[in-house]
Parts: sequence; C-alpha cells; structure tokens
Amino acid sequence: MDRPNPLFRNLSSKLASLPMMLIVLGVFVGGTLWTVLFSFTNIKILPIFTPKQWMDGFVGLANYKRLFNSDRWMSCPAITKIGQESWQFKCTGAMPNMITYAILAIIIMISLGFLLAVMMDQKIRLEGMFRTIYLYPFALSFIVTGHVWAWIMSPEYGLQNAMRQMGWESFSFGWIADRNMVMYAIVIAGIWQGTGFVMALMLAGLRGIDEDIWKAAKVDGIPAWRTYLQIVLPMMKAVMVTTFVLVASGAVRIYDLVVALTDGGPGISSDVPSRYIYQNFSANLGQSLSASTVMLVSMAIVLIPWIRMEFGKKSQG
Amino acid sequence: MANKSSAIVPSGAKPKPFVTPQRFLVYTVLTVCAVFFLFPLYIMIITSLKSIQEIQSGNIFIPTMTPTLDAWEKAWNSACTGLYCEGVKVGFWNSIKITVPSTIVSIIVASLTGYSMANWPFKFSEVFFTILLLSSFIPYVVMIYPLVIITRELGIYSTLPAVVLVHTIFGLPLLTLLFRNYFASLPAELFKAARVDGAGYWQIFFQVFAPMSVPIFTVAVILQVTGIWNDFLFGVIYAGPTNYPMTVQLNNIVNSAQGGKAYNVDMAATILTGLVPLAIYFFSGKYFVRGIAAGAVKG
Repeated sequence: MDRPNPLFRNLSSKLASLPMMLIVLGVFVGGTLWTVLFSFTNIKILPIFTPKQWMDGFVGLANYKRLFNSDRWMSCPAITKIGQESWQFKCTGAMPNMITYAILAIIIMISLGFLLAVMMDQKIRLEGMFRTIYLYPFALSFIVTGHVWAWIMSPEYGLQNAMRQMGWESFSFGWIADRNMVMYAIVIAGIWQGTGFVMALMLAGLRGIDEDIWKAAKVDGIPAWRTYLQIVLPMMKAVMVTTFVLVASGAVRIYDLVVALTDGGPGISSDVPSRYIYQNFSANLGQSLSASTVMLVSMAIVLIPWIRMEFGKKSQG
Repeated sequence: MANKSSAIVPSGAKPKPFVTPQRFLVYTVLTVCAVFFLFPLYIMIITSLKSIQEIQSGNIFIPTMTPTLDAWEKAWNSACTGLYCEGVKVGFWNSIKITVPSTIVSIIVASLTGYSMANWPFKFSEVFFTILLLSSFIPYVVMIYPLVIITRELGIYSTLPAVVLVHTIFGLPLLTLLFRNYFASLPAELFKAARVDGAGYWQIFFQVFAPMSVPIFTVAVILQVTGIWNDFLFGVIYAGPTNYPMTVQLNNIVNSAQGGKAYNVDMAATILTGLVPLAIYFFSGKYFVRGIAAGAVKG
C-alpha cells in the first residue's frame, strides 16, 4: 500500500494556515531581510529584491556612517563646560530623544502603575469606577491623546495662561515650545495614556499571588509595605518583565503621539526614530533603511529579558 | 466553653474604625490620580462647548456659562482639513469602511490559524508561530516600505483593500495568540470525541468550537475595532487620500491653520474621533480588560 504523501497530511490545517505562512515568510521575514540587506546599498527608488540591484548598489556601512554623523539622528557634543564648576553632557536628535522617552516612561509608568495597583488591592470601595477612570485613556488613539495634551499644554491659552490669570503671575509651563523640555511634555501624555494599562497588568499579577503568602507574612509580623516590596514584588517577576517589554517596545516605536503633540517640534527637537525614518523614505532611502535596522536592533535589545525568561522557563523543565 | 456562653463576649479581631489614616491615604492617592486621568476629558468637553471668543479671553479650567454645540456641528460638518471643508464626518465613514472589513478578515484568518496551531499542528507550525509572535514587536515603520512594494505589486496601493490587508497582517500575531490559547484551553476530550465521531477540520471548527467561542470572538472584535479605529500610520500611507480614516482627518483639521486656530472645533473633533473606542470601552469593560490582558500574557 502506498504511504500517503506527508505533505498532504493535515491538509485543511495547512491550507487554513497558508495566509499566515505567506505573511510570516513574505512580509515579516522577507520585509525585515529586505530592509536590513538594502540598508547596505545606495538605492534611491523602489527596487524589488534582485541580487543584481543589491550587488550594484552595495556601499557597505556608508549609510550607517552618514546616519550617525547626522545631527538629526544623533548628536552628542563632547562634554561642555558651563560656568565654573558645572558640566553638561547632552545628546540631541531622534535616537537620544527616544531613549529619554523610553527610560522615563518605563520608570514612571511601572512605579506609578505598581503603586496604583497596590492601592487598588486594599479592598477599596468603588474599585470598578477607579479602574474605569485609569484605563479609559488606553482606549483612545495616540492622535487624540496628542491633540488634547497639546491644547492643555499650549503656552498661549493652556495651563500656563490659566494659572497666570488666577493670579500666579510667575507660573511658567511652556514645555512643548521649549527645545530642552519638549520630550518631557511627551512623557506626560504617554504616561496619561499608558499607566492604566500597566496598573491593570500589575493588579492581575497581585491578585494571582497566593493568599497564604499574606497570612504567613502577617503571622511573622511583617508590615504590609515591606511584604509588598520584599516578598510580593520579587514574586511578580514575570509580570514585571512582561510590563517592561510592552512599555519599552511601545517607547521604541513611538510615532503617532509625537506627530499629534509636537510634530517633532519645535524645529526637530522632539523628533523620534520612527518619524525620522518615515520622513526620509523619499529623500534618503538608504539612510532610512539603516535607521530602520538600528530600530530593529533596539527592539531586539528590549526583548532580551523576555526571551531569557521564556528560555529559562523551558530549560527548567 | 459551654458554661460561659450566657455572657456576650466580643470575639474575633477588634473592629477597625471606619476611617484609619492608612485608608485615608489610599483614597487620597487614588482620587488624586483619578483627577489627573479625568482632567483631559473634562478639558476636552468644556472647551468644545465654548465659543472662540470665550477661549481667547477665558480660562481653560473654567466651563462656560453659555454652552453651545456650534463647535460640534462645525467639527462634524464643515471643519477644514487643508484639502476641503467637510468636517470629520468624511473620516468617520471612511473609518467604518476600513474597520468593518479589516476586523472581519483579520478575525477569520487569525481564528483559523489559531485553531490550526492549537489542534492541528503540522511540521514547522511551532516555528511559524514563534516567528509570528516575535514579529508583533517589529516597529511598524520598518515594514512600511516593503509593504508599499508588496501592495504596489499587487496593484492595490493607496486603496481600501491595501489598508485592509495591512491591518490583517499586523493584527495577525496578537489575534492568533489569543485564539490559539483559547482553543488550547478547551478540554482535549471535546476535540477527541468529535474526531471519533468522524468530524474533520472544518466541521469541528464550525460546529463544535465556534459556537462555544463567542466570548473570545467578542474579545477579538473589541481588540480589532479599537485598534484599527485608532490607527493613524497605515491610514495615511495605504488608504489613499479619498479613504483617509478619522484619525488622519482629525490630525489634518487640527494642523490646518486656515483662519486662525479654532480650539473649540479641534476639541469637538477630537472627542468625536475618540467616541467610538470610548463607547466600546465603557460598554464592554470586562471584555476590553480581558483583551489587553490576553495580549500581554504571552506564551
């Protein structure tokens, strides 16, 4: 008897998964490879992948050199001395902006989210109402968030103007118009949108912790705040890693929020990598693709803790 | 114990006073944060009800005494985007045209893929699934150019099908994970029994699994509708100017500086754009939370 061709085993399943396989190979793997490979060429117009085009256009690391020499991408002037004693070291450009945003967003969102989750875990009344309030911004578009905060922070009619009208003449809050402060304005809007989500993840993590741990800590006379910090927090490692990866990957790809809130301004002082790449597609494709590759590497770095955790889980059994 | 029972002795822990300093602190922190989160919504609403004179002379915190819906009317019908003056209503209908087919197509593809991964694994299916999951982290901008090439070669660039395709592609990782985990959590006996009765791939999916998976389909619909409605980047690039979704329209209205900034109209347009996802969120709270949690708990 002929053995059935193994290719046709589970045929329906394979057929139904065909769109997924095409997307994985053609778009995700293919597109990534295409981007990385053509970042080493000087192509100008839309090529399809042909090895000949690649060989002809190959310029090695030239795009990367230009990218990192471009002030718009990253400019780290040597440490400058201001005044007698103080020194300043400040990088500007799309990449440092994104890193600034990422670090602040991660620290603030995770600590505030955890704090809120702990408060919500105190058997409070109206828990549902508080959760609804904290989480609703997460349902909104970044474009909506950006425009609301742009209006609130507008130096002309916003918070600053209102405070001055109410008699606080020296009040000053013009972050979105200030080159040095604009990234912090974006952080505020980002926190508003995302903290509720972090809180929801953390709360789920807290609720997943065994009641007996609490009883044991109580019997030992450990105060609640120490139980949270020294016993519960370490037990929530998985939730923390997940949250970190989600917040950090969101920060790496930040785009819409910046477009709506400042559109990269004033000047280009709040530009971010996604926006830089998008703006350079037509004028400077090679550089755009090398910037894309740098973003992919950044994302891979962000994913390391998660991959390590998953891998560690498997190796433990 | 029995002979002492006549006296009423307090037992158990000493009842706590109604307000302890600790509880006071908890509620204070929660309330302060709630004010911070509600503040922009409040500002959006009161600004949209003001006239432009009141905005220029007034205070952003203080609601108007003479609320008017003029700004709303203008935002919906006649606000200018720089190209034409037809308000966000054009974008609203475009967003519906984009969201409905994108949601349907992506859920069909993802539910079948998730079902295959969970119940009918084949050679390399795990490999594909792992790559798919990692792909959810690829920044969208990195994929823009390859997808422009792909949609151009398919002859659909800058049309509705292109944006539907792109939403299907980027919705796939998360939705597949959602469905795979759900189908994997159903009792294995159910699948085996159906197999013994002679049901095949499609029969089990449509007659056994789909009817008992209404909750997960609901979660998927909520996830997709809010995600697609809120999308900006794909709408700008692949939909083409005649199909610009509401977010793009809103952005253009706010950025067009024709005849001075009309903040009240901008805020009305902003609320209108946020209304659909907000309504979904308020009416489906539990499912919404479940959706985002399912997306977060990977593996």
